Amino acid sequence: MDFLRPAGWEEALAAKAEHPGAVPIAGGTDVMVDLNFGRRRPAHLLDLTRIRDLFEWEAGEESVRLGACVPYTTILERLRTELPGLALASHTVASPQIRNRGSIGGNLGTASPAGDAHPALLAAGAEVEAESVRGVRRIPVDAFYTGVKRNALAPDELIRAVHVQKADGPQQYAKAGPRNAMVIAVCALGLALHPATRTVRTGIGSAAPTPVRAAAAEEFLNAALDEGGYWDSGAALDASVAGHFAELCAAACAPIDDVRGTARYRRHAVGVLARRTLIWAWESYRGTGRTTEGAS
Amino acid sequence: MRVTFTVNGRTRQADDVWEGESLLYVLRERLGLPGSKNACEQGECGSCTVRLDGVPVCACLVAAGQAEGREVLTVEGQAAHAARRSRDRDQDPRQHEDTPNAALSPVQQAFVDAGAVQCGFCTPGLIVAAGHLLEHNPDPSDEDIREALSGNLCRCTGYGTIMDAVRLAAARKSEEVRA
Repeated sequence: MDFLRPAGWEEALAAKAEHPGAVPIAGGTDVMVDLNFGRRRPAHLLDLTRIRDLFEWEAGEESVRLGACVPYTTILERLRTELPGLALASHTVASPQIRNRGSIGGNLGTASPAGDAHPALLAAGAEVEAESVRGVRRIPVDAFYTGVKRNALAPDELIRAVHVQKADGPQQYAKAGPRNAMVIAVCALGLALHPATRTVRTGIGSAAPTPVRAAAAEEFLNAALDEGGYWDSGAALDASVAGHFAELCAAACAPIDDVRGTARYRRHAVGVLARRTLIWAWESYRGTGRTTEGAS
Repeated sequence: MRVTFTVNGRTRQADDVWEGESLLYVLRERLGLPGSKNACEQGECGSCTVRLDGVPVCACLVAAGQAEGREVLTVEGQAAHAARRSRDRDQDPRQHEDTPNAALSPVQQAFVDAGAVQCGFCTPGLIVAAGHLLEHNPDPSDEDIREALSGNLCRCTGYGTIMDAVRLAAARKSEEVRA
């Protein structure tokens, strides 16, 4: 095994072009587990932790550009206002030790259906900045997840950054699991209100082969909010609206039975989380004079 | 490969390190520092917690090569680290504290006094995590303590005495500051 230690981004791209099988490693919270248990023996490890700009983030007009290695701790401490949904999701990641090392870039690279960041990225709207020696491209996060632990990256590409849309309304995130820390999601749900476009977006984790949006649920809710004049009136949501939205979110799942939970439980829990997060977010939209502040 | 980094204030070198090896293995098996414990090897238990450039991490999830040139603080270095910090504080004339070269850090002493140690396997990781907490938050709430220690599993104590120990260390620190 070779341990490649590029000092800069160009060098990292060159190394990945030369060794497409090289496994990128940053926080190590996924890769080292596989190495420790002998599940993976790649010919090359590509250490990204020497590349400074991967640890930097920058808030622009519309979005926040998060370097691929920015740890969860930074997101939950520094980006609560701009990225409330992702900050809430980051807070549910494992433990302080893991949050100090793990990053969104790693979550995307692993592309586990249970990755905590995915539902928040889907709900907020995000693009993955992928690059190779051939050039750079932006992949919408909706198109990024292609299968269980599979993503849209080409073998010579590396994730450089993630561009996440800044919140224009309340965002929520909820996760089901046996306790607060060290939990791989049984299922998770992210929800973002976008008053600017009068839309609601969702993301569901751990309840299908990939993280997914509940498209039919979003469509139903967008129409119901529009027809009911809710965005203007700021009225309390009709229980039947929240209820049907929850049913459609549950229907968007294609879960399996596994050690963490049954398919039936997951579908049920996603419905509960959907109703709950919708009501939290909507109450916050009504209550705060419709500011962009997310609930926490 | 060769890996050179600072451990508990001293430059250390390890040779013939396998490229897929963890920092934890290097510390325990190559540098003779068995304080950091090896249990789950997947970041679940926190018994290998060390500080890497000041930040608590699971040493089992850091690739040895990633530690190159970095600073690592293990449980073996806690007492000296605490004494150094307290000497630095003594530069401040408002503080009168004299614990140089103590055998135990205040957090370690509080664990002993509160009876927070049973089998002892999780203790080193908890000492490192609690030490970091109190450095950054000298007066933590119970919620803060639970959160800071949420990545460290203990199967003996039920955590009650561990909570007591951290509260005790914090209380002693604030008494010293008032004195």
